[in-house]
Amino acid sequence: MSEQSAEHFSEHIRRYLYVFYALLFGTVITVAASYIPFGNREINIAVALFIAICKASLVACYFMHLISERKMIYFIMAFTAFFFTGLMFLTLWSFGDLPRHTSH
Amino acid sequence: MDIPYTIEARPDTGLYNAKVGIWLFLASEVMLFGALFSTYILLRVGAPEGYWPHGWLNIPVGTVNTIVLITSSITTVMAWASCKMNQFGRFKFFHACTLCLALTFVGIKSYEYHDKFIHYEITLKDGTIADGHLVKRTADAVVIKGHYVKDRKELFDLRAANAPHEHTELTIPKAQIAKMENYGPWHSTYLAIYFTLTGLHALHVIGGAIVIGFLWGPGSKLWRTDPERFTNRIEISGLFWHFVDLVWIFLFPVLYLL
Repeated sequence: MSEQSAEHFSEHIRRYLYVFYALLFGTVITVAASYIPFGNREINIAVALFIAICKASLVACYFMHLISERKMIYFIMAFTAFFFTGLMFLTLWSFGDLPRHTSH
Repeated sequence: MDIPYTIEARPDTGLYNAKVGIWLFLASEVMLFGALFSTYILLRVGAPEGYWPHGWLNIPVGTVNTIVLITSSITTVMAWASCKMNQFGRFKFFHACTLCLALTFVGIKSYEYHDKFIHYEITLKDGTIADGHLVKRTADAVVIKGHYVKDRKELFDLRAANAPHEHTELTIPKAQIAKMENYGPWHSTYLAIYFTLTGLHALHVIGGAIVIGFLWGPGSKLWRTDPERFTNRIEISGLFWHFVDLVWIFLFPVLYLL
């Protein structure tokens, strides 16, 4: 292996470590935020999901190398995002006709 | 005959075949977990105010498991980087760490499941509810470590300020028991979706651990004959492992904290 590629991967490893620290920090923030009363539970849910999305983006972009992938992978991901969004919209649209008393 | 495009990129996709394959598989996995998350949302929104469980899961234990999985993600990516840098010894070390962390995750999850299976809600004939962990069962009585509540609603929000916290040993004669049920998936829709989501996730962890174990052990022989192809295998298994971590990043706050 050339010296240049060793240097290249050392740079990558440094980046992975920063992402790892960010993920640990994100976990601590998620737990801490769940104990803060933001006024209503919806805000707590929004904060927790926002942190989770940030953490998931870090994993996908850096550990899964989505930040520097080929077009083909972005194409597959775009389709996935489209159908996943559609699935979530279906869930939202069904709010007018929700099943009730679902806690038992 | 050799399988084509295991190392070199296919001209039309610009990628080796396994990489396209794993991303297509992960796309289907997103939809699978997406459907279950959607189910969770509908169940939760449909629950009457104050009747959706809160604080039923042990947050410190869940946090430790989150850290375990995040750490396993970095060891996986380090194992791949070690292969890329021709450092097979380092690869072996990092992949062994991933395997140990995967087993730790499954061990902690098993402990959590066990805790739910020995946790009982006992409705007495006078309507009082005894709730706690089973200590022992004799021929004519059941001993639990827990507390009594008058209204079942008191059991839902355990993080509320007025939630019952003192647990004592209670001996309940069997003749007084009208219904006794543990906190398995049959107990409530919350536990049904909790066991479904975490059980499916745990199956993914176990599946991933088997693949990682194979590549660490007998599968690592390929390194000697075809290191580039072996490195690609590590990348593919790593992508799956990161996805497993990614799913847990959402499961943890949704099930444990909110």
